[in-house]
Amino acid sequence: MTLEEEYFRDMLRIRRFEETVLDEFKRGVFSGTTHTSLGQEANAVGVIKQLLTDDIVVTNHRCHGHFLAYGGDMRALFAELMGRQTGVCGGRGGSQHIHWRNLYSNGIQGGIMPIATGMALAEKQKQSDAAVTVFLGDGTFGEGVIYEAFNMASLWSAPLLIVVENNHIAQTTPTHYVLAGDMRLRLQAFGIPALELDTSDALEIASQAFHLMQEVHEELAPRALILNTQRFGPHSKGDDTRSEEEVALMKQQRDPITIMEKRLNAGAVSVIRAEVEAQVKEAFEQALSDPPAEEEKAP
Amino acid sequence: MKATVLDSLNQTLIEALQADPQVILLGEDILDPYGGAFKVTRGCSTACPQQVIPTPISEAGLAGIAAGMALRGLRPVLEIMFGDFLTLLADQLINHIAKFRWMYNDSVSVPLVVRTPMGGRRGYGPTHSQSLEKLYLGVPGLTVLAPANFSLDGFSAGALLKNTILQTDSPVLFIENKLQYLQPLLSDSDLGEFEIQTRFDPDDTKQRFPLYVLKIKGAPPARVTMAAYGYMAELARQAQRALAFEEEIFTELVIPTRIAPFALQPLVESVSCTGNALLIEEGTRPLGWGAEVGVQLAENLGSRLKNLKRLAARETPVPAAVSLEKHMLPQLEDIQETLRKMSKANG
Repeated sequence: MTLEEEYFRDMLRIRRFEETVLDEFKRGVFSGTTHTSLGQEANAVGVIKQLLTDDIVVTNHRCHGHFLAYGGDMRALFAELMGRQTGVCGGRGGSQHIHWRNLYSNGIQGGIMPIATGMALAEKQKQSDAAVTVFLGDGTFGEGVIYEAFNMASLWSAPLLIVVENNHIAQTTPTHYVLAGDMRLRLQAFGIPALELDTSDALEIASQAFHLMQEVHEELAPRALILNTQRFGPHSKGDDTRSEEEVALMKQQRDPITIMEKRLNAGAVSVIRAEVEAQVKEAFEQALSDPPAEEEKAP
Repeated sequence: MKATVLDSLNQTLIEALQADPQVILLGEDILDPYGGAFKVTRGCSTACPQQVIPTPISEAGLAGIAAGMALRGLRPVLEIMFGDFLTLLADQLINHIAKFRWMYNDSVSVPLVVRTPMGGRRGYGPTHSQSLEKLYLGVPGLTVLAPANFSLDGFSAGALLKNTILQTDSPVLFIENKLQYLQPLLSDSDLGEFEIQTRFDPDDTKQRFPLYVLKIKGAPPARVTMAAYGYMAELARQAQRALAFEEEIFTELVIPTRIAPFALQPLVESVSCTGNALLIEEGTRPLGWGAEVGVQLAENLGSRLKNLKRLAARETPVPAAVSLEKHMLPQLEDIQETLRKMSKANG
């Protein structure tokens, strides 16, 4: 399998997983809430593929793509969202509170930033080779605690890659309504070198992320990568206030899966599509037949 | 000179740092020669310079950093200079630190200690004198401790801190008290007039959080049971002694070192005999520790609980003026007066 085919497959897995979640939500298979990253798959795959085995991922409410790109099991994630015993966290966490191996997510905006910094400092203190990647969104730039963490990450040289997925909309509020100045300059003001990209091409993201992670590992210091991206779906389930035309234009111009697909031959694409379709279907059906989560009986 | 609670905490903090290189101490102004605003960290940076990190004034961020360190195998100890500043940690303590272990299906541990001084009586005014721990009682996953000024049966204020730092696998809020720092650490020889039992809640199977039950030696059966923690426990002990010897009013005093979660079995046992409970705390009265303890006593004892009173701070901010502060916070005389009334009412 070529690198392009692999990236295509991994992004498609995220896409089809989340499309299934949104579709099946309507049928009542899932409960609670969820946040999908449709359109942003190149960020998850492009960045996380560059991590070394022991590296750590800290992510947010929009974490399915990061979990799957990290190698997380699709059935376990379906099961977590369905509230099954076989879920990633046995049904306790749901869509936005998961932990598996070295991946951690939480549903509160901003709080993960100092936690990721503390993890990076711990690895450095232990003299392990692990570095940390933390995923923030543009909306999170309104939370004060991230600036405390930027300061300490820089001050104490935390081996940390800060990835900002700027999808230009926070729930329903366009970023330019709520953000003054410039995100890159905010990071640079703390002495954190920050690179900004405006692309949906996973290969381009991968190449820059690779170099930045290499610097993080070698320099034992923080770097930032700001990814201008786009979300095709609603913030949550049915709360998209944008026009259909606006979203359609985005999909036409900036779909990371289409961009990668154009590099592949038609035969490979159909094989991968069939393979992913089968995987998603199997994972979904397995999760659906798994037993519901239950409190352990008191001893 | 007799060792104080401050000496005990300071000494054992250094011992914890020396015992385990994974113990990391973070906080504002903690480096020598200053050694922290209340000197609990004095000597730490000299003894273990690699494990002591002076920090910016960023309490919320620091709590997150300590949480990240704990999730990745270190044993961070975070000093918050004044307990009043715990409001700045609320998101981290409640929505991150206390939740991780359970929410991640018990797949992580969070061995983190946040220690901070609470309390007034020093004229520091509304934002540097409060006892805010009640805001953090009843948070699932968070243990709240308050040392007693004793050194008995191998337990002491400092031992509680040291054992917690070195052994805990879940987050702990360790509440100290500014006036308690200056109290002598009392041992058997100082407490000759008392009969003291060291007890444990049934769920504290490792016997880490002692509850002390104090009676006056040789006294007739007690008429009232008191419960208090931290500095208020010392005032309650002084009231207990004075009333016994001067007015022949005999009481039992239960001093927990774990104030959340709790079962307080020894308290239930004592009140089941006396029928009268006086619950004392320095925080404001409504919806506090005493309210929950009182309800649990009522649920456990039914009609065997005859009279329940609380003593706590009045429901205003803590005033700066000495005279106003004295009026606002519960005093030794208030405890004595309440005990007199309670013992008469049930005579």
